[in-house]
Order: sequence, then structure tokens, then C-alpha cells
Amino acid sequence: MSKNKEAKVHEPLFHIAKRSGMVWWKAWLIRGCAILASLIVCAFIIVLLTKQNPIEVYISMFQGSFGTKRKVWILLQNIAILLCISLAVTPAFKMRFWNLGAEGQVLIGGLACVACMFYAGDKLPNALLILIMLAASILGGVIWGVIPAYFKAKWNTNESLFTLMMNYIAIQLVSFAITIWVPSGSGVMGVINSTSKSGWMPDLFGQKYLFNIVVVAALTVVMFVYLKYSKHGYELSVVGESEKTARYIGIDVKKVIIRTMVLSGAICGLAGFLLVSGTNHTISTNLAGGNGFTAIMVSWLAKFNPALMVITSFLIVFLQRGAGEIATNFRLNESVADILTGVIIFFIIGSEFFINYQIKPRAKHKEGK
Amino acid sequence: MISTIASFINAAIIQGIPLLFGSTGEIITEKSGNLNLGIPGIMYIGGISGIIGGYLYEHGNANPSPILCIIIPFLSTIIGSALMALIYCFLTVTLKANQNVTGLALTTFGVGVGNFFGGSLLSFFGESGSISLIKTGLAYKAKLPFAESLGLFGKTFLSFGFLVYLAIIIAVVASFILNKTRVGLNLRAIGENPATADAAGINVNRYKYLSTIIGGAIAGLGGLYFVMDYTAGAWTNDGFGDRGWLAIAIVIFALWKPKSAILSSFIFGGLYIICVYIPGLSSAAKEIIKMLPYLITIVVLVTVSARKKKEHQPPESLGLTYFREDR
Amino acid sequence: MGTPAIELKNISKTFGSIKANRNINLTVNNGEILSLLGENGSGKTTLMNMISGIYFPDDGQIFIGGKEVVIRSPKDAFEHKIGMIHQHFKLVDIFTAAENIVLGLDEQGRYNLKKVAERVREISAKYGFEIDPMKKIYEMSVSEKQTVEIIKVLYRGADILILDEPTAVLTPQETQKLFSVLRRMRDDGKAIVIITHKLHEVLSLSDRVSVLRKGEFIGTVVTEETNESELTEMMVGKKVSLNIERTEPKDPQDRLVVKGLVCKNREGVKVLDDVSFTARSGEILGIAGIAGSGQRELLEAIAGLQHLDSGEILYNDPKTEKTENLRDKTPLQIRELGVRLSFVPEDRLGMGLVGNMDIIDNMMLRSYRKGKSMFLERKQPKSLAEKIIADLEVVTPGATTPVRRLSGGNVQKVLVGREIAAAPTVLMAAYPVRGLDINSSYMIYNLLNEQKKRGVAVIFVGEDLDVLVELCDRIMVIGSGRITGIVDGKTSTKNEIGLLMTKTHGGDENEQK
Repeated sequence: MSKNKEAKVHEPLFHIAKRSGMVWWKAWLIRGCAILASLIVCAFIIVLLTKQNPIEVYISMFQGSFGTKRKVWILLQNIAILLCISLAVTPAFKMRFWNLGAEGQVLIGGLACVACMFYAGDKLPNALLILIMLAASILGGVIWGVIPAYFKAKWNTNESLFTLMMNYIAIQLVSFAITIWVPSGSGVMGVINSTSKSGWMPDLFGQKYLFNIVVVAALTVVMFVYLKYSKHGYELSVVGESEKTARYIGIDVKKVIIRTMVLSGAICGLAGFLLVSGTNHTISTNLAGGNGFTAIMVSWLAKFNPALMVITSFLIVFLQRGAGEIATNFRLNESVADILTGVIIFFIIGSEFFINYQIKPRAKHKEGK
Repeated sequence: MISTIASFINAAIIQGIPLLFGSTGEIITEKSGNLNLGIPGIMYIGGISGIIGGYLYEHGNANPSPILCIIIPFLSTIIGSALMALIYCFLTVTLKANQNVTGLALTTFGVGVGNFFGGSLLSFFGESGSISLIKTGLAYKAKLPFAESLGLFGKTFLSFGFLVYLAIIIAVVASFILNKTRVGLNLRAIGENPATADAAGINVNRYKYLSTIIGGAIAGLGGLYFVMDYTAGAWTNDGFGDRGWLAIAIVIFALWKPKSAILSSFIFGGLYIICVYIPGLSSAAKEIIKMLPYLITIVVLVTVSARKKKEHQPPESLGLTYFREDR
Repeated sequence: MGTPAIELKNISKTFGSIKANRNINLTVNNGEILSLLGENGSGKTTLMNMISGIYFPDDGQIFIGGKEVVIRSPKDAFEHKIGMIHQHFKLVDIFTAAENIVLGLDEQGRYNLKKVAERVREISAKYGFEIDPMKKIYEMSVSEKQTVEIIKVLYRGADILILDEPTAVLTPQETQKLFSVLRRMRDDGKAIVIITHKLHEVLSLSDRVSVLRKGEFIGTVVTEETNESELTEMMVGKKVSLNIERTEPKDPQDRLVVKGLVCKNREGVKVLDDVSFTARSGEILGIAGIAGSGQRELLEAIAGLQHLDSGEILYNDPKTEKTENLRDKTPLQIRELGVRLSFVPEDRLGMGLVGNMDIIDNMMLRSYRKGKSMFLERKQPKSLAEKIIADLEVVTPGATTPVRRLSGGNVQKVLVGREIAAAPTVLMAAYPVRGLDINSSYMIYNLLNEQKKRGVAVIFVGEDLDVLVELCDRIMVIGSGRITGIVDGKTSTKNEIGLLMTKTHGGDENEQK
């Protein structure tokens, strides 16, 4: 903020204007180029760190995701969870409600689920218990999602800051529950009901993760239809585009905000359920593992389109798994995955500019004075 | 009893300093209308940049000078965190990207870089074990020579490394600049209403860049304080924890006022460690107490939005991208 | 007359496909008040924005004091001592007047608000303003805010002042005060440009008048040597008889009876004050008035979008012959009562339509609730969209094109088409031809006439008095939120309506000739 008053002569040689729209294939070409450019930058980073041939590195990344059957299953499971949370935040984003609290909503869903497993495990028939767990998870997620929505609707309280804070309350609640449930004071909750498997989602066709994958696949279709073909989906898009228009055609904006966040929270709760009952059978404060935030980027990169989210979540999980593989193969820290994810997202975010705006050279102009 | 309270206050201040750096940086940033959710990542980068700078110097020198032990990491931190803020600005100001998404990506990236180098820095140099910069840490922890001789008062309030005082000075100076200078007036105007500021002849983009980069650099110092003073030159992955988010909470709690951020940071710092000082507290109760800062922040956020007092609102254009021809 | 303060030569500016300004030449002298006259959308504001650094001209030269200059930013404009007072105030709400006044200024010396306040008081005394420099903007009335804007440019030492429609928001007393201040500034040697489309203001205030029409410069005349009809002719081109068809209302019945509406804005000022009238089926009721006299609030109140402090809105249902009070009902409740009310709002893309949605989805805004299914039915909206595109000759690549990409006239056709398709019994249209070309405008008039023939009660808020007089059966005039008269469209004249428009609005300033 210096006060240098040197008369900078920045003759506007070009100016930036909003595009009125772009052919879809051009837009995707730009995004493709951005991803390509980001991969090249990533390759540079990797070469710098490993001093290996980048092609080899990419092959080893590929192996990290597809190398063995088990790796493929893990890849699919990770995609399923990330996609599930991305689907959860999407209706809220379409409504321009910045739900940065998916992390917490998933966590509370997981916590409710674990609570059922912990207190009612072995006491109820497994099917009933799982249903109760499911209901509890969803309820947990809904409560966590609706609180900020209520205040947004009532007083226009800033939802991004509110939901952000809710995450940490959820984390503390989980820590609190763990200290109660784990008397040893280790702060780590072991696998619950590991012998009776009470409250564990049964394997589907002998595959541990298949259930999660099927549920999320179905959910993707449902969400796609909901957003595109249902009246609710239509209403929330109108609210997101213009509250004034929404009121003009008689949409109850407050109701839509709350209803949409109920849905968003419910799906986050479901993700918590899938993580606890279908995958981990325990809980830690890291249950969502940052996916609540990554999901925001997945959803945004896919332009809130559930079908495209399959691709964007695949891209991110592929990177994370691949980077993990590089890390073990080249004895690097696994955080390299976060670095690569960050770089690629920067590029894609940046590329949107060239889709939405155009840079026009200034027509002939004579220098004054 | 008194000595317990004194040592609690002392500890609260120590805990509060990273938060104060972070929240002052974020306030300066948010005053320009940029909601930088990349602050947690920037603070990680600040920490690791300091560590890298310190490591390169301390381990390359048989007899490192304390002054350079301080200056080199300090500059590394400033450069590292300012670069992060520059990425944020380039994406959100020049390329007009969404601020929330950019900020979150920056945090992912920053935490990744921090943990990556924290975990593999030594292996790059063929060493093993964990990073420990003893001499740099000592240089940063150097106290005022007369602090000990001033009894309890000196021990409680004066026995800190210089970054503690720097944090407070920066917050006071920031408050002065924001409220009592032309630059501050212009900056606040941009956060409130960039179109108005633009029409008044203020270079909106330049202010946004500068305030975000300066804010980022200040926040990065919070990371530096943590690794050099608090942990005395050691790095543990994820050791910084959620302090970055807590700093963002303080911005709300302090109602976007750097001076209030000073006390707020110490209160939040105190809440962070109060459980150690309350005897006979169960570990369950400790977790609940740790929840308080966030809970209080939400209460503040809701009250402020319900009361609608103009002066207490977030900057009006916070989180929005400014494009002159959008009308 | 003084020396030229500012000269524009061959200035052009294009937005997309619209030529907002074409080869404009204009001179403003020191010590004079120049009126820049033109209808809405004639390019007045665009031209002035180029002088004040908001836009950069595509082509042309600007001379200040005889020297060519380049104005790239508002800052450059200040340096050339140019100050513009925008129609929408550019003030920071939570700042004080003094803070707003020094905003963005690089003064020498220490930043000292007390000194600033002192100078503000000096300037106020010199020109006769009344202002408290330490008052926050959000506590101020509109005219106080305008005062702050004017002092802001004077504080910067502006010698060339541009005011964009300054009286649109003022009461008669405030307008008079403003004019006397402006005259004092002129006598002080300043060059003043006032953008307006109000003839009586032009005649009473300015020394010379420059006229723009459709982005082109028409000419400059000395005020004393001209008259209202000459100016009008320059403004609208040769006097064309509009030849809008007007049939006799058939079997008019009271459809909408509005009684004693009072509506206060956030500051507690009455924007509607005891408004009562009746809209009858099979006739077009025109509403005339200066922009911002309460037209928007009135229509929004009827549509259920505006809270009312008192009064009632009675709707006589032609089918059930029941009477319903629509006051304080939401748009949805109104529709559920079976009231078929269509509303073409002023803000087309911000309210009537969703810019990012395609034409089909915009058709659904009115009808999507139909049916019990939770899913949308797109077949009917699609055929409706296609029908409207065909019938109203909407120029679009297809029904799936986002409305945002259409031109203004086509956007309006989509909106009006949809509202009419709802088979309304009451149709309200606010400025439906604003920004439209001649052909599109006539199409809209014909559509309104068709609705009238079908027995719809049409309420038409317009700004072009020629159109109002030729199209409407009755014309209601609104001024400062009050009804100042209801006249018969067939017998009334423009002058009569113009008089009523300004009746509560600066009677003295209003010099009818």
C-alpha cells in the first residue's frame, strides 16, 4: 500500500468482457487444456522431487489406482464416498448456499451411527439395528445442516462462516464421545463389535465395498433426476439464480433454503453411515478425512452436474491414490497427493476465466498529449 | 493460586499468538472483500518455509549466528506465505474465480506442502529422524534480558520471544492504518463497496492484491511463531492443527477489528489450554471446553446478523468477485 | 459565455452489438449549464461515463481546456477536474459524509477528518448546502446523499460537474434548492452538465441544450432561443403519429378496486400515499409519472410482493363473482385464490425471468407447480416456448437458449408472451417497451390491445406520454406516491398529463409553455 505516485502509463491495450456464452465443446477444450497443463506442471514437481522419468512416475500412479483388484476396489470405494458428499453439497451450492460444513455433517452422521452400534449392538437383530443406524445418521446430518440454514433464512446469517464453525463443534463432539466410550483414555476408538459384526453392513457378493458403491451410484442417478426434473430442483435453481424472481413467482425462499439444507445434511449423514457401517466400523475425528472440503471442489468443478461429478471425483481420487503410490515407491511423504490436487484445482479454477470472459484487444487508439 | 493464574495467562498468550497473527492477516485480507479460506494453508506454508530457511542455514553452518538464524527463516516465511496469497489473488482477482473454492484449494495445497516437506525435508539431505532446529529455536525464544528480574509481572507478560510483541504491534498498527489513515479508508471502502471505491479513483485490484498478500504474510508469521518459538524449532506433521480455522473464527468474534483480535486471540488461546489449569477436569469435559471458541463464534455471528447494526457486519462485499462492467 | 471547458470529438462506444454512442461532438463552456437531453437509452449516460473515466471510448478524442487528454479511469477524470454525480449514488453506507468525501483522494499532509469536515462546512457555506459531515450515510435521506456526492466532487476541486438525472429522486423543494446551488456554481465559473429527459427542467435551468437520439448527436441550441416543441422534436425525431389502434372498451366491469393504499419504505417515508383507483375489465389503464414516484411499489403491492401499511386491494372474480382482498397475500396465495394476475415487471432479467435458464425453463416459472407429480412437465412449456418464438417472432437460436443471450426486445417478448399465456384477468406491465426498437414496441402495444379486447383489465405503466395518450383508455397520474389525477385517454393532452405529473413536484420550476 505504498503511495508511489509515479504516473503509471497503463494504456488499456485490451479489455476484459463477459462472454455471452460459449459452445460446450470449446469450454471443454479449455478445461481439457487446463488439466493437461496442470499434469505437466505436476510432472515437473514430481521429477524435481523424485528425479525419475515422469512417464515412469505416471505409470506408477496408474498402478496405484489400478494395480491390483484390491486397489481398484479401494479406488471405487473412495470415489463413492467423495461422490456421495459432493452430491450432498450440490443442491445447496446450486441454491448459492455455501455449505462448507459437509465435513461436520458427515462426522455427526457417523457419530450417531456409532452411538447406535455402541449402545444397541448385539441387542437388536442386525437388520433392524442397521436401519436404526441409518435413520440416526441421516437425522444427525440433517440437524447439523439445518441449524445454519435456519439462521440464514431468518436473519441472513453468513452461512459459509457458520457451517465452517459447525465442523469444529462436530469434531469436538466426536472427541467428547470417544473419551466417554473409550475408558482407557487412549482417545482412539477401536473397531466396534469386531466379533459379532453387529451393525456392520453385510458384504455384497463377497465384496466389502460393493454396497457403498451401489448406494452412491443409485444416489447419483437420483440426484441428477432431482436437480434436473423435479419441482424441488427447479425451485432451488431459481432461488440460486435470483431470489427476487423466486419471490415474484411465489416461491417461499425460506422454505426452500431449509428444505434444501435438510437434503444436503441428510446425504452427508448417509455418507457418515456408509463410512461407519460399511467401511470403518469405528469413528475418529478424521472420519471424513477432508472429503467435506474436497467435495466442494468436486461439485464446483463439475458445474454442479452429478454426472460430471463422477468424472471429477474420479480424477481427484485417482490422483490421491496415485500420489500415495508414488509416495511409497519413491519413499516420499504421502502429502504429495494434496500438493498435486491443489495444483490441478488451481489450473481448472483458473481456466474458468477463459470460458466466462474474453480478452478483447483495444481497437486502434491514438496516444494522447 | 496467583502463580497459577499468572502461568495460565502466560500460556494463554503463547497459545493466542499464532491465532493473533492469523486473524490480523485475515482481517486485513477481508477488509478488501477477499474471504481467504486459504489462511490455514498459508499458515502451514509460513511454518514450513521458516523451517526450510532455518534448516538450510543452521545445517550448512558450523557456527550459525543468532541474528541470521532469525532473519533467514523470517524472510523465508514472508516470501512463502506471500506467494500463497499471490496465488489466491491471481485466481480470485485477476481470473475472477470463486473465492471459497480457491481458498479451500489453497488450504489443501498449503497443508500438503507443509506436511510434505516437514516429512521429507531430512530425507532430501540424506538424514533421518525429525526436524529439530535447536539454535534457531533458541534465537526465536530469546527473552528480554530483564524479564526474569521483574518478578511475577515480568514472568507473565515480558518473558516471550520477540514474535509475541511483533504480533501485538502488527495488530495495533493494522488497527491504526485501517481506521486512521487514507490507505485504511480506501481499503475499507473496497471491502464495503468496490464499485464506489473504483469510481472514487481507487485502484481496486491493486489494493486487493496488496492487502491480501500483506495479510497472507502476516498470517504466515503465525506459522513461524508456532514452529520456532512454540515448538522450539521442531516440526510435527499436522502439529499446527486447526489453529488456522480458529483464526478465521476470531475474525468474526473480533467483529473485523484488529485491536479486538488481540484480546480475542488470548481468550481463545486461553480456552485452548484452560482444561490443563482446572484441576480434576475429566477428559470428556476438556473436549467440551475446546468446543467453546467455535460455539461462541457462532453465537456472535448469529447475534450480529440478528441485530443488524451496520458497524458490526462483515464487509458488505466479502466473498464477492468484483468486475467493473458488471452493473 | 466562457471558454470551452471540455470538447468531445467523434466519440464512439459500442457494447456488444449496440452502438451506444456514434461520432458524438459536444462542447461545454466554463460558466454555463448545459443540458444533455435525450430519451431513455439515447446514450447520455454512456457519453458522460466516458468523460468521467468509467468507460473508455472505442474511438474519438476528448479535449480539456483545448488540450487532448486520455481519461482511463475516474482518477484521471479527477485530475482533469471533472466530477460526475451518478444517478445511483456511489457512497459507502457505513462511512460518514466526510469519509466518503475524501475517499480515494491523495491529499498532501496528514489524514485528518476534522480538517476535512471543516472544509466541507466551508464549501457548504459557499454554495448553500446543508450537511453534517459526521453523519453516516445510512442515516441520510436521498437528498442528503446527493449533497454528499456533489460536495465530494467540489472538494476535489472539480470545475466540470456532470449530474446524471439529479432530480429524479428529489422532492420539489429539494429540486429547487439544488437548482439554486447549481446556478451559484455556474456563476462561480464552473461548467455544469445535467443529464435529463425532463423538458421543463431543461428550460428553467440550462443555458444551452444538446440533444442525443439513439446514440447520435442531434444538435445544440441556446435555451432562450428554443421552446418545448422544438426540443421534443429534436429528442424524438420528426413528430410521428403513432397510429396505435384504440377500440372502445366492451362491457367494462370493475375488476380491481384499490382503496387507500399506504406504503412506507425503510426510512419511514410514504412511497404510496392514499392511492385509490379502479381497474376495469376490457380497458387499458395507463399510469404516468416521473420515474420513482411509486409506480413500482404500487404494482408490486398488487402482485403481493410489497408490504402495505394500510388500504385494501379488492379483486372481483368474473367467474364466481366473489370479491377477494389481496392485501398482504403472497403471490402464491393470490394464485391459489384463483386470481389470474399477470405481471410484467420493470426488471426483466432480475425479476421476471432467470437469465441463465433457457426459454423453456423460463416458461415454467409460472406453470411448473401444476399437477401433483413431484416432477416437472416440460412438454407444455416447450410447445408454449415454440409458440411464443413463432408468434412473437423472437430471434433466438432455439428454445433451449439461455434468455440472457437474447437481445432486450426478444427478452421482453418472451416475458410478455409468458405472462399473456397464463390467460390473465388482470395484466400489469411496467415499462414494457423500455429499450425496445420500434417494431418490438408496436408488437407489445398490439398484444396489450388484444388482451383488452379479450376483457382483461390491463394496467400499463409507461414513460412515453405520446404512447400513453394514444394507447390507454384512462390515464392515472402519480406523483410522489399520490394520485394527482385520472384523465380520459381520448380527450387528454400530453400537456395536461405533464402538468399533473409535476403537480406535487416543483410547481414553480415547472414552466409550461
